[in-house]
Amino acid sequence: MADDKDVLRDVWFGRIPTCFTLYQDEITEREAEPFYLLLPRVSFLTLVTDKVKKHFLKVMKAEDVEEMWFDFEGTPLKWHYPIGLLFDLHASNTALPWSITVHFKNFPERDLLHCPSNSVIEAHFMSSIKEADALKHKSQVINDMQKKDHKQLWMGLQNDKFDQFWAMNRKLMEYPTEEGGFRYIPFRIYLTMSDRPFIQKLFRPISSDGYTHTLGDLLKEVYPVAISRDDESKRYQVVIHGIEPLLETPLQWLSEHLSHPDNFLHISVIPVPSD
Amino acid sequence: MPVSLLWAVDVYGRVYSLSTRGQQWEQCRDAVLEFKRVTAVQQCCWGIACDHHIYLNVHSSDVPIRYQEETFENQRWNPMDNFSDRLLPSDRWQWSNITGLEHQPLDSFFLPSTNWEWEGDWYIDENFGGEPTEKEGWTYAIDFPATYTKDKKWNSCVRRRRWIRYRRYKATDNWATIPSEGRSGPLPDPFNDISCGGWEISEEPRGRLSLWAVSLQGKVWFREGIHHHSPEGDGWEEVSLPGEVVQISCGPGDLVWAVLWEGQLIVREGITRDCPRGSSWVVVDSPNPEAGAIHVAVGDNVVWAVTKDNKVWYRRGINSYNPRGSGWIGMIGEMVMINVGLNDQVWGISCEDRAVYFRQGVTSNELSGKAWKAVNVPRDGDIRSHSSASSSSLHSAGCFFSGEVRAQSVMRACPSSPPPDPPPVDPDEASLREADAKSPPLALVLSPSLSGGPGDPQWSNVDLEETQTHLAVGPAGVRGDAADTCSLSSVATYTLCQEEPYGADEHPLWAWVSGGGCGVDCHSQLNWFNSATALSSSVQSMSLSISPAQTAAWRKQIFEQLSERSKREMDNFKHYEQAIEQSVWVKKGAMQWWRDWKPHKWVDVRFALEQFSGPEGNQDGILFLYYNFNEEKKYLHAFINEVTILVPVLNDSKHTFAVYTAERTKQRWPIRLAAATELEMHDWLALLSVSCCDSRGIQGPPSKQALWSVTCKGDVFVCEPSPSLEACPYPTPCDQMFWHQVGGHLRLVECNSLGVVWGVGYDHTVWVYTGGYGGGFLQGLASSTDNIYTQTDVKCVYIYENQRWNPVTGYTNRGLPTDRYMWSDATGLQECTKANTKPPSPHWTWVADWAIDYGISGGTDREGWQYAADFPTSYHGHKTLKDFVRRRRWARKCKLTTTGPWQEVPPIPLSDVTIIPCGAQSIVEPIPLWAISNKGDVLCRLGVTLLTPAGTSWLHVGTDQPFKSISIGGANQVWAIARDGSAFYRGSVTAQSPSGDCWYHIPSPVRQKLQQVSVGRTSVYTVDQHGNLWFRQGLTPSCPQGSSWEHISNNVRKVSVGPLDQVWIIADKVQGSHSLSCGTVCHRLGVQPMEPKGQSWDYGIGVRPLTLPLTLTHQPIAHGAFTVICLSPEWFVSVMATVKSLYVHVPRGTVFSIAFLCYS
Repeated sequence: MADDKDVLRDVWFGRIPTCFTLYQDEITEREAEPFYLLLPRVSFLTLVTDKVKKHFLKVMKAEDVEEMWFDFEGTPLKWHYPIGLLFDLHASNTALPWSITVHFKNFPERDLLHCPSNSVIEAHFMSSIKEADALKHKSQVINDMQKKDHKQLWMGLQNDKFDQFWAMNRKLMEYPTEEGGFRYIPFRIYLTMSDRPFIQKLFRPISSDGYTHTLGDLLKEVYPVAISRDDESKRYQVVIHGIEPLLETPLQWLSEHLSHPDNFLHISVIPVPSD
Repeated sequence: MPVSLLWAVDVYGRVYSLSTRGQQWEQCRDAVLEFKRVTAVQQCCWGIACDHHIYLNVHSSDVPIRYQEETFENQRWNPMDNFSDRLLPSDRWQWSNITGLEHQPLDSFFLPSTNWEWEGDWYIDENFGGEPTEKEGWTYAIDFPATYTKDKKWNSCVRRRRWIRYRRYKATDNWATIPSEGRSGPLPDPFNDISCGGWEISEEPRGRLSLWAVSLQGKVWFREGIHHHSPEGDGWEEVSLPGEVVQISCGPGDLVWAVLWEGQLIVREGITRDCPRGSSWVVVDSPNPEAGAIHVAVGDNVVWAVTKDNKVWYRRGINSYNPRGSGWIGMIGEMVMINVGLNDQVWGISCEDRAVYFRQGVTSNELSGKAWKAVNVPRDGDIRSHSSASSSSLHSAGCFFSGEVRAQSVMRACPSSPPPDPPPVDPDEASLREADAKSPPLALVLSPSLSGGPGDPQWSNVDLEETQTHLAVGPAGVRGDAADTCSLSSVATYTLCQEEPYGADEHPLWAWVSGGGCGVDCHSQLNWFNSATALSSSVQSMSLSISPAQTAAWRKQIFEQLSERSKREMDNFKHYEQAIEQSVWVKKGAMQWWRDWKPHKWVDVRFALEQFSGPEGNQDGILFLYYNFNEEKKYLHAFINEVTILVPVLNDSKHTFAVYTAERTKQRWPIRLAAATELEMHDWLALLSVSCCDSRGIQGPPSKQALWSVTCKGDVFVCEPSPSLEACPYPTPCDQMFWHQVGGHLRLVECNSLGVVWGVGYDHTVWVYTGGYGGGFLQGLASSTDNIYTQTDVKCVYIYENQRWNPVTGYTNRGLPTDRYMWSDATGLQECTKANTKPPSPHWTWVADWAIDYGISGGTDREGWQYAADFPTSYHGHKTLKDFVRRRRWARKCKLTTTGPWQEVPPIPLSDVTIIPCGAQSIVEPIPLWAISNKGDVLCRLGVTLLTPAGTSWLHVGTDQPFKSISIGGANQVWAIARDGSAFYRGSVTAQSPSGDCWYHIPSPVRQKLQQVSVGRTSVYTVDQHGNLWFRQGLTPSCPQGSSWEHISNNVRKVSVGPLDQVWIIADKVQGSHSLSCGTVCHRLGVQPMEPKGQSWDYGIGVRPLTLPLTLTHQPIAHGAFTVICLSPEWFVSVMATVKSLYVHVPRGTVFSIAFLCYS
């Protein structure tokens, strides 16, 4: 029987094969070849696409280049969502490799945040971790860490160092045994068909009478539509890291094992493909 | 945590127990009577039933309680009849005890009570001091009393032989009645309270218990002679008192408190090992002058009390010097009674709802705990009526149908209920009530002693009608009475009746609780507290805990989908470029380093670990250590893939660890580093350990072929044998074998080549390997989530008090100037006082105070002193004229708590264990495993298979005396050594009959007492007490006992024979180049199938003082089956190869080296 620790590795080392193609209207000096890359599911687009940028800049004039951004089938991709989430949300039932279009012009100001440097990503990443720890431990763990420990978390993600990251992150995943779990589970539920970016509420892993909450309990409470009744066919897929956990999976376990490095459990609710 | 029981009695007098693993109260079905009170200890439970007799329920065990009766048959020679039973008039009896002073014919032996049975008939003991005698068992002498020999000589005029017979306690798991007999006839009045404890007063093997009881007239009785072989004890002794006692409580140690009728408390003083009854009482005032105490409960170091207003009080300042304590502290909560269980944990029954409460957060640092938490689990009866609504029993139905409850209560209180089953109404209380009803203001004046004489039938013949009328007074009146008169704490009955008319509730009403056998502490995880979901939640409550639910469907689904995802998203795209290039990662820190050159000292260094991906994509790294030398910046480095072992070295001043490489092992000079804090050290150790494992591609749990070893500190290490380890002719040099730590703490470890691993802790607790990895400081990634459990170990630290005699003042602590320290270690070289002696490392904490150790070899006098002519010589337990010095040993227990992949195998503590080296091929085939308990019982484990490495139960293998060493070798050959030094072979051990049929006494070598045995495939070797190594000759399949012992060598401490008959020893006094060495590992050369005893010793590796320059040449020894590693300093104590053990026992602190063996 595999150990739970293997899940952490599988989650960390998840990769999405991606084909980057330049947007047709971009002005190039010669034809731009598509660029193929394995993107880490747990990282951020702008953090891992230096190579993509370099590749396409070779065929473009410097004056034609503004801030790089991406879209998938016309949907601008938010860099501040983890890559795996973007894929699950927008492209989970499409053929691989994932085909992303690269833009250097017409930055969609209404849809995307600017990302001038990696320090912006770092700030976003750290604020997510801090928010998650506020939910889990009233910020006690993250506040007890030193600056260098925070740095280690970030460097671990940036350099794809699993051991380095988890040596620190495990402290964020601890909880007093007598309480049986975190204070609240840091989660976000994303819906493709909604105007709201995501749903986030306070939800405890254990009910006041000692009952262990499951993924199903969470959905029932927060987004009941996602659960199909017995008498109807399944309408929605509940996807985390490209898989569909059973609804009876304990939420605490999910939070410990299937959270992204930003310590949030990013859950995509997507319609079942019609075909 | 082994399963243990919490006992309780409900207001109906039904006895229930609640298992620490369980989630419901189990009714004690065989209790035909109702009980008033129970007092539990780990091995048994005592109770007072409603017939006022005391009952004893001994829990059954795999090892039966058996007692050996012996008597001697004496004969004298005369020319007419030769030897005959015609003795001289001046001679002893024909049948006598060993001294000859008592007449003891065979038919004078009776079973002590009906709870015993004879195991068999009398038989002759043919073992004489470890040597077998001739068939008849006679031993000869010139005259009585004299020295007996087993050989008949020309002048042997008398002879005697020993007959033995065993009796066995049969009434286990049953309430056996204990006769109320004092020394002089039946006791005058029945019992009202009882308390059991005192097992810590004297050392363990005898298992003595103290039982205190209070009679209805307020007298206190002490039960004499309770110990392992006599669970019932002998008889009652009255204890004189300053007043009339209503309730008494006895702790595990020497704490005994009682409550007086008037509301004060009394404390027993003078309880010692020699006088467990104590000598005198001291009065302590009630916490509240207005409301006297009604109840007291004591533990190891705590006293809790309840006053008449149901307030709970905690006594401050209790310790072994001051059993009286210093003051009372009022606690939150209103209780009717309180009980202190093991580990000073506190249980109570609340005044308000009659529920059992557990005091949370009681630790040795905070004995008063934090808060009360209700134990909220259903009774087994409740569940039945839940599930099947058919109310088979009135009791269980009563809980749910109020109509019937009333009927029940009527029936219970009805005077016409049959006499043998009287209701559990406290008779004195009832009569008190009766008195109260008539004249409430006089309540306090009324004491039970006014009400009747000794044996007055009035006591057992309660006027229930009166009781009932009184009860009918109604709740308000009852409340008022309760406050005034409820001096007797069992107030169950009337409160019950008060509540019942309102419809009985779902929760049980408790009257008494006893946690004396319940081994919980504040870290225990109990499923007792939220039973609202307990019935329906058995699945969910397990999902987070470590349990078979790990195989739950949701988990399987996640594992499957993740691997599907990897296949889908990655398998076809491996040629794609990675988005993030692998780079070097550096972790830096500041440390101290024990520098390589003289003068050696700790110097500050910067420390860095650089990790990068190796050429084959594997993780690799380099350790850097930057230091200044003569103002010059220098550094030292070590490649992670060359590190062979990381050893934590804990002492009380620094948190240090040592890093070894093959080169450093040869130099005997590891890189020694000290971190600023323990936490920092553990972070580094865990990181380095993961890094080393990564670089060698080691992940997850140890393989079945892994080599296991234990250091003398108790740390457990594992080595993965590589395929080239045994490669001929160039095996992997063993100093390059990589050892990594797994969590846990053990004294010895045994494994076989199939991955069954057993360990024994310093406190003799038995542990079985669970298949996990990590634990201890190896947290996070270096540890598995499953199969990691809390592990504890307890050991003693010893110091010696030395005294010298002088003509004026006798023995004093003033020695000669040349003498050793008056408080010292065993050698006398080191000063060790009670105050400055610390636990062995920061992981250990003291759990008791210093106590005199009477168990030291050589014996002691009553105060623990041992005498000798001078230091340091051999000591004896009694003073003679020639003795001028004396010493005594003080022991203090310390405890370590850690985690590791080990699960306890309760309940029998072991001193030795052996597993058949190989064998079972299928996963269900039983694996023979034998062991010796710490009391010397020989045990055979049943049900050990690859699937169930812990086995199921012990099979007790009867012996005529305690044993000390056991070994099982090829073809189920079991050899064992008894405490008297004789060797035994177990006959007919087969897979079908795993425990064999009988012992064959093998004569020891002449005048030698054997110590240890080891069995290989066909060879049997033993070591005797003088260090001689003996080989058993003439072993053949038809004669597995062999024919004679052949002397092989002397100065041997321990022997281990491998499954191919390879012989390894630990030798002393091996001649080294500079000095004699101790604890040297030697290997027998020239062992061949036709030459099983070999030819000569290879003294390859030995102990030399660290100051000498050492170049340890290790060489592959012998014929390739073994290789040897030399890992230096003080760490490794015992090493288990995949197949057989090799023990190395070295006194702590000695510097030595050791060999590991492994088997192809």
